[in-house]
Amino acid sequence: MKKLSKSARSSFINYGIVLVFFLIFQIMLSLGRLSSSLSGQLIPICTYVIMALSLNLVVGISGELSLGHAGFMSVGAFCGVIMATCMQNVIGASWLRLILSIAAGALCAAAAGTIIGVPVLRLRGDYLAIVTLAFGEIIKNILNCLYVGVDGHGLHVSMKDAVSLGMEADGITIINGPMGALGIKKLSTFVSAVILVLIVLFIIQNLVNSRSGRAIKAIRDNRIAAESCGINVMKYKMMAFVVSAAMAGAAGALYALNYSTVVPKKFDFNTSILILVFVVLGGIGNLRGSMIAAAVLTVLPEMLRQFQDYRMLIYAVVLILVMILTNNCNAKDAMIRVKDAVLRRNRSQEADK
Amino acid sequence: MLNYLINGISLGSVYAIIALGYTMVYGIAKMLNFAHGDVIMVGGYISFCATSYLGLPVIPSVLLSIFVCTVLGIVIERLAYKPLRAATSLAVLITAIGVSYFLQNAALLIWSSNPKAYPNMVALPPLVIGNTQISAVSLVTIIACIVIMVALTLFTNKTKMGKAMRAVSEDKDAAQLMGINVNATISLTFAIGSGLAAVAGVLLCSAYPTLMPTTGAMPGIKAFTAAVFGGIGSIPGAMLGGILLGIIEIFGKAYISTQLSDAIVFSVLILILLVKPTGLLGRKISEKV
Amino acid sequence: MKKKLLAMLLATAMVCSVTACGGDSAGTADNSADAGETTETTDDAATTDDAAAADDGAADDAAADATGSGSLTGTLKLGVIGPLTGAAALYGNAVDSGSAIAVEEINAISSDFQIELNSQDDEHDAEKSVNAYNNLKDWGAQAIIGCVTTTPCVAVASEANADRMFMLTPSASATDVTKGKDNVYQLCFSDPNQGSASAQYISDNGLAEKVAVIYNNSDAYSTGIYQTFQTAAESLGMDVVSVTTFTDDTANDFSVQLTEAQNAGADLIFLPIYYTPASLIMQQAASMSYDVKFFGVDGMDGILSLEGFDTSLAEGVMLLTPFSADATDDKTVSFVGKYQTANGEIPSQFAADGYDCAYAMYAALTYYADKNGGFNVDGVSYQDLCEILISVFSDPSFSVDGITGEGMTWTAAGEVNKAPKAVVIKDGAYAGL
Repeated sequence: MKKLSKSARSSFINYGIVLVFFLIFQIMLSLGRLSSSLSGQLIPICTYVIMALSLNLVVGISGELSLGHAGFMSVGAFCGVIMATCMQNVIGASWLRLILSIAAGALCAAAAGTIIGVPVLRLRGDYLAIVTLAFGEIIKNILNCLYVGVDGHGLHVSMKDAVSLGMEADGITIINGPMGALGIKKLSTFVSAVILVLIVLFIIQNLVNSRSGRAIKAIRDNRIAAESCGINVMKYKMMAFVVSAAMAGAAGALYALNYSTVVPKKFDFNTSILILVFVVLGGIGNLRGSMIAAAVLTVLPEMLRQFQDYRMLIYAVVLILVMILTNNCNAKDAMIRVKDAVLRRNRSQEADK
Repeated sequence: MLNYLINGISLGSVYAIIALGYTMVYGIAKMLNFAHGDVIMVGGYISFCATSYLGLPVIPSVLLSIFVCTVLGIVIERLAYKPLRAATSLAVLITAIGVSYFLQNAALLIWSSNPKAYPNMVALPPLVIGNTQISAVSLVTIIACIVIMVALTLFTNKTKMGKAMRAVSEDKDAAQLMGINVNATISLTFAIGSGLAAVAGVLLCSAYPTLMPTTGAMPGIKAFTAAVFGGIGSIPGAMLGGILLGIIEIFGKAYISTQLSDAIVFSVLILILLVKPTGLLGRKISEKV
Repeated sequence: MKKKLLAMLLATAMVCSVTACGGDSAGTADNSADAGETTETTDDAATTDDAAAADDGAADDAAADATGSGSLTGTLKLGVIGPLTGAAALYGNAVDSGSAIAVEEINAISSDFQIELNSQDDEHDAEKSVNAYNNLKDWGAQAIIGCVTTTPCVAVASEANADRMFMLTPSASATDVTKGKDNVYQLCFSDPNQGSASAQYISDNGLAEKVAVIYNNSDAYSTGIYQTFQTAAESLGMDVVSVTTFTDDTANDFSVQLTEAQNAGADLIFLPIYYTPASLIMQQAASMSYDVKFFGVDGMDGILSLEGFDTSLAEGVMLLTPFSADATDDKTVSFVGKYQTANGEIPSQFAADGYDCAYAMYAALTYYADKNGGFNVDGVSYQDLCEILISVFSDPSFSVDGITGEGMTWTAAGEVNKAPKAVVIKDGAYAGL
């Protein structure tokens, strides 16, 4: 253990957390001890964990505020659905279809990330934030007008309506404008979701601790200083942005293939903000924090169901309180004092033994 | 053509009046107050209740709504934002989102989810020039916009409090050393911003008279866009940005596609920001090395 | 170190809460009283039993059925899924309140049979809706009324189909809701039904020379009706001169859409949208002094009860709706009265749909009990109840008289058969056409 660097140890702890989480739930699931409510949330939790991790790469590691992350998720979701539907009769094994769909989602989202990243990353601060927001809205708006169908002749795409796709009688409409994709065959499984989380974690942790990752962090901490050291600012910013977009796309595909329907409206500004909340609450730049915050905040509204009408009100209050408790200087001091007291007592107990 | 222009300006003036509040708070407190749109919604509901249930005339009910929103703004600032004065701006942003959820859901519990048709607060005949007409609400909104813009500019440039605000926005620590009460100044900014939100609420609802707990959310985001468009922090910029946004939206719908109107608005925004990265009237940020 | 400690603390907290949750749900399967939003009407029902059953006009026929040869006994656990918060909350809350009134009435009929209602919020979102559905399953729901809105309904329907849980949706009108799922039934007209019926009605009655359409292209309901309307209009040779759209994000300014319709010379505008944006369209058309007829669908219902709305603007608006709050039959009057006392508002079509859904479930169970010499719903698994309800609903001789239609029957595909009523707004009230 001593040979491992601090960062490597931290990485292994993260893998460990995911695996423990997986084992606990998998065992409970196989024993039938898990409520339907929780077992239904396992895949969304994994999706949001991936979304939070990938956004953390942009917001935390690369230091750019992005408000349009859900846009990449939707690109991934719809590309994944198109891929899955097209492959339905071609490939029998559902796991292979799932892998292909997730890969397609990731690739398309990476392409979108590249197209958007070039203009966006020239801007700074709040202007960058607003442009990512704008791109998120543009993606949503375009998907609302997008009709995609498939028949014997291949894919048909229209921006007008489903009728103008001009498909043969046996054609399937995959994406039907604002009605989104309907009749999706569920492919996502908890195991595949956890594997995807591990892959994403692996990519991000290796990127962060690599030479490129150090360059990205150097740009975040001081762009001008980094530039003067000969770091290609645009290249590294793009790297973080595109990798993050690709992972969001993979998460989107995983998410879409867990439900029988997915609509463009789902991936609006509010979803982008929700993911940002995970990242900020978990600690900007802290991967482990993002994972835990995403999981807890996804489950929290469901646990609050017993409060009926007051559910979302309580959720809002909890959110504000947690932000204040974790960011206020006085609250922080108080927490440190409590912790020191506990540690001291433990130590004195050990000494007594 | 002229009709579209007038429609665009009246839609834009509503965005502009919301953007003024946004930009004011941003300029001084350096935070994106995402709850601003929801304060607007509260302003709308208060004035609705004042006229419909209490039977108050227009002016007192608007004043009541301004008063309630100002108090609300101060309370929100005290409870939710003030403890985070030293924290990162992102932490405050998330808290603002929490406040926004809170206000929306509180409104849902208080006023129910059923929409209300807002009474026309500006019951005046439209202005007719030739064969085009401008509705009284639009006229009042535009006038209110200009008045507020001029008043805010004068306030920040000429009064002592305004100067204190500008000092705080330049450098909080230095301002404090100069004997400016930073906390009080920021509280005052929120009070003014929320008061403006009430006016915006009344005018927004008069122009588009349905009132729901989510009424403020989308205009809030649009107005935020408008504020960035004009250069966030700049008071004339917010007004210009708002009006341009309205005109682009209407022209986009009229001449390109109603289906893609949002995409068009946001594309124009992106193009302009690429040419002028700090917005139309934003200040160039010089970098210290 | 500090962060690590915090992270560990959080992680343990999460694991604890998760295990606690798992434990809870195992508990709630047996002990239902504490979970969720239950309408506790059981107690009052026992005391007001006789009086309520006697003076309750709406419940009379049903009461007669219940005392027939085979009686229905036990307590049915009925789940409701709909948006109770967020932008679509008005529809979910209406269904929730409507079904609560029906359940209160049913519980008052006889203390032998009771319904326990549990409404869960889905925020008009597929993911949350599936969560709500799973939550209801943990609570022990035996059948579901829902979902209120289309997209969540499609998502939940496929889950319910795999689980074999019966669903009766009050208002999710897309055909995809029922397509390929034998356990999902609709109480409302389906989209094609409404779209083509509207086109048919406009063309049969020669209402217009030139028709314009304004629809919401970010909404599944609106787009669904528009698409079928368009197809039907083409085959009828109707002259559709202008088709414009808006989205939820741009649903405040309609000047462009109206100007385009006006320039194209449309004398009727078809609005397959909900009443909130429709009220704005009417207002703006009036301020443009554009005199045009409006034709709406069932989502338009509720426009007259919009608080503060100048009903004179809606004068002459025609709409196809299964329900009107100022109908004079006993059932409707009794329902509207109760709804107003409970909620202080005039019920919309959604509330009526929710009310009829609860009654349809009750009628189906009574029908089954009658045929089989009694039926006790206690302890019947949702899978078994699903097969029973499917057999009843697909039975052509099973019909329900509700406030949204007389003699409603269902096809095996899950669609309802009832006559769409065309009404016109005259002097601030609905009048039959």
